[in-house]
Amino acid sequence: MSGGGDKEGIKSARAANSDCSLILESLIVGKSTEADSMVEWSDAERSAIAAVWGKLNLDEVGPQALGRVLIVYPWTQRYFGTFGDLSNAAAILGNPKVANHGKVVLGALDKAVKNLDNIKGTYANLSQLHCEKLNVDPDNFRLLADCLTIVIATKFGAAFPPQVQATWQKLMAVVVAALTSRYF
Amino acid sequence: MSLTVDDMAVVKAFWGKIGAKADDIGAEALGRMLTVYPQTKTYFAHWADLSPGSAPVKKHGKTIMGAVTAAVASIDDLPGALSQLSELHAYKLRVDPSNFKILAHNIIVVVGMLFPGEFTPEVHVSLDKFLQNVAWCLAERYR
Repeated sequence: MSGGGDKEGIKSARAANSDCSLILESLIVGKSTEADSMVEWSDAERSAIAAVWGKLNLDEVGPQALGRVLIVYPWTQRYFGTFGDLSNAAAILGNPKVANHGKVVLGALDKAVKNLDNIKGTYANLSQLHCEKLNVDPDNFRLLADCLTIVIATKFGAAFPPQVQATWQKLMAVVVAALTSRYF
Repeated sequence: MSLTVDDMAVVKAFWGKIGAKADDIGAEALGRMLTVYPQTKTYFAHWADLSPGSAPVKKHGKTIMGAVTAAVASIDDLPGALSQLSELHAYKLRVDPSNFKILAHNIIVVVGMLFPGEFTPEVHVSLDKFLQNVAWCLAERYR
């Protein structure tokens, strides 16, 4: 199936409006470097994402999200053998390499937020890097996305209502799919 | 990933702090699950209103969290405590077990929102393990 594809067929398939169908569509389209025309963002969604992103201190949230991943899902530590002491929660939360890498990850997410209409293209190289060089199991992307969502919830409280969480989850699903796109 | 003695103590202590809000947490978590993961609505097609804060969502959120609170009280024998609920989910409700993870995530999001100071990474890992164990026990009778 080419990138230009069967637009009508895909539009009706999308009527279900679920994260799952979005992920499948972006995977099915294939390794295209053209603009990601499959994911559509409404004005309300764009505003919601900008509002959340604008309020986040990336240098704080990145380290906290990555720290939680390493603590809550300790098998993920396998990818950070050179980071030094990860032996307990306190060590992880105080580890400067973890903190620095958390900032790197959120810096990359910033690129997605600023390129909502072509996340897949934006992440093509990152996806290849994670697959071929870093050999990261893509399930880890979902774990990090979930921990980031949880950290945002702890920061925002009631300012993270269900509809905003839904939009945020859509962004996380698109980012995870884009990072996984070069794995096949 | 079995619960250690420490996990059980952490979960019980945390529940002591948040238990009074269990009904609200349940309603909020269920409402978010239905909004953020719309495929879960398929199990509640018989409700008039699936929006967050609606009467059926509040009522059912309370029911669910009541069961989770009871599970905390019996945390050292989750399979026994959840056996009947497992039969209900297996033979009558037939909820796909992948949805237990989705609801668990939303419970954790709400707990994080309402108790940011108490919901440390250490509490997070024990609570995540506890909810996974509850999910496992609920799926016990499925096949």
